[in-house]
Amino acid sequence: MMNAKPAVNVADLTVAYRDRPVLWDIDLQVPAGALMAVVGPNGAGKSTLLKAILGLVKPVAGMVELFGQPYRAVAKKIAYVPQRTSVDWDFPATVRDVVLMGTYGQLGWFRRPGQPQRKLADEALARMGMQDYANRQISQLSGGQQQRVFLARSLVQGAELFFMDEPFQGVDATTEEVILKLLHELRNAGKTVVVVHHDLGTVRDYFDWVTLINVKKIASGQLSEVFTPENISQTYGHRALIANPSA
Amino acid sequence: MLFSPEFLEVSATVAVTAIACALLGPFLLLRRLALLTDAIGHVLLFGIVVAFLIVGQLDSPWLLFGAAATGLVTVVLIEALSRSQVVREDAAIGLTFPALFAGGIILATLFARNTHLDIDQVMLGYAEFAPEHRLEIGEYDLGPRSLIVMGLMGLLNLTAIAIFFKELKISTFDATLAASLGFLPAVLHYGLMTLVSFTVVTAFDSTGPVLVVAFFVIPAMSSYLLTDRLGWFLAWSVLYAVAGSFLGTAAAFALETTVSGTVATVMGGLFGLTWLAAPRYGLIRHWTERRRLRRAMHDRLLLIHLKNHEGTPEESAESDVRNLHEHFRWTLAATDRIVRRAMSHAWVLCESSHLKLTPVGREIADRDITAGPFIS
Repeated sequence: MMNAKPAVNVADLTVAYRDRPVLWDIDLQVPAGALMAVVGPNGAGKSTLLKAILGLVKPVAGMVELFGQPYRAVAKKIAYVPQRTSVDWDFPATVRDVVLMGTYGQLGWFRRPGQPQRKLADEALARMGMQDYANRQISQLSGGQQQRVFLARSLVQGAELFFMDEPFQGVDATTEEVILKLLHELRNAGKTVVVVHHDLGTVRDYFDWVTLINVKKIASGQLSEVFTPENISQTYGHRALIANPSA
Repeated sequence: MLFSPEFLEVSATVAVTAIACALLGPFLLLRRLALLTDAIGHVLLFGIVVAFLIVGQLDSPWLLFGAAATGLVTVVLIEALSRSQVVREDAAIGLTFPALFAGGIILATLFARNTHLDIDQVMLGYAEFAPEHRLEIGEYDLGPRSLIVMGLMGLLNLTAIAIFFKELKISTFDATLAASLGFLPAVLHYGLMTLVSFTVVTAFDSTGPVLVVAFFVIPAMSSYLLTDRLGWFLAWSVLYAVAGSFLGTAAAFALETTVSGTVATVMGGLFGLTWLAAPRYGLIRHWTERRRLRRAMHDRLLLIHLKNHEGTPEESAESDVRNLHEHFRWTLAATDRIVRRAMSHAWVLCESSHLKLTPVGREIADRDITAGPFIS
């Protein structure tokens, strides 16, 4: 581990919906500066893991620390990019409006975004290749463009630690490239990025670290060490025979 | 009579009531809670009866607070029911308000039988009678009571929205983000619902039940068709409220009909016009846009067809204007229009009843063949 304090430290985390455990006694460390994929089959608890780390669902047991502190103490350093279907895209707002919402945290209560925030938003949009869409109504965007708007919104939060829930889900090739470039830029800038990912075939090319979960944690660590056929087939069961990348 | 003092007082009362409701309507619409006002309206009796049983007076302002508090209880119950995931939100509304409504009626008949606790008398206002209930301080007449109460209510709503605009915006669009940035979306939600409750209660007293639901829903819905920005959404909603109030009251005075029915009808009419003619989301725009796309598609098809058969043995048969309609299965008239349009754009030439692509037409066809059939 490169840092004394890992960016994410999860110990004995259990989350249940009624009597069904969704995450079972998870221990997990994400070192600062890692670009990590969280993979596992449908219903493995990947999204729930992010939500539990961010305090959006209440765990039955366990502890979560971010940079050695509880979430509330470091909330301003954290950006969460939810699945893009989590909001109503018919909301009367332009692309820039939505990106500006990312600056609200730094502004706090009552202060309105002004010229500096707009500049920040436009820079983030340009980074995502969305500068021409700033004044577009958000319902007129494609799925990939919506995803890029969400990512731009997370960029203006000035975060050190990013959690992204399936950013590659159902996006076009251009968007996939833009997101991949962004992930690598964030890593090179020393940020920590945790990404829920569904495509086993690209894990090896996109990420340096990987966590394999299926309700229980199967393995977590550097890709070269833990992304092995044995671990993958233990995570996915027989389906791994189809999805198993050549090691 | 139009423009009599009475007309001015009635229309001003209606307009101010409409504004107070139309400021909050857009947020309810975006939170998919448009029918909540109807539910709150139905449970008022419960709160009034309970407040009356406690204070023992019919003209106490506590009755107003009792009614508004019941509104809030309704909101909490509906949320608790729909969060339990046993029933859906619409069913939760349907479960909650008849129960409280019935409870109110039972309480009223059991305990308040001898006091003539008549909901008509206590709570259901008629805009026509607004000038008769005046607010007086000593000798001085301040004006119709409803006008002043609703003016203050509207001002309160406007102030709250102005102060919390950014916070309401983010928590309405993305409550999760709002929570993660520390904006307490639940507190904002219940704050908003408190304003809704008090607005419904005071508006019931001012202009009656039909108009309250109309004021919350129709101006917001009309405005929604006109704009893509939250600020303008609110502004247009207020404008529709004012326009509908004055036009509707004027019509009611001219036709000697009921104010509430006429205002609601006029507002509905304004919505209908907007739905038809809204520049971006209106029906007419929708039809013309579809027509334009269909035309463009037909134009491109003709060019691609000619290009595909250029220099092939079938070229002569495939480019013959006399049987082109059989190839496309278009009507003769439609084929004629499409061919004429292509000729007027100089995309094709007609030589001895055979169509030939011009260089410009060939370029368009080439581009479409490589780019795929996307038309914008």
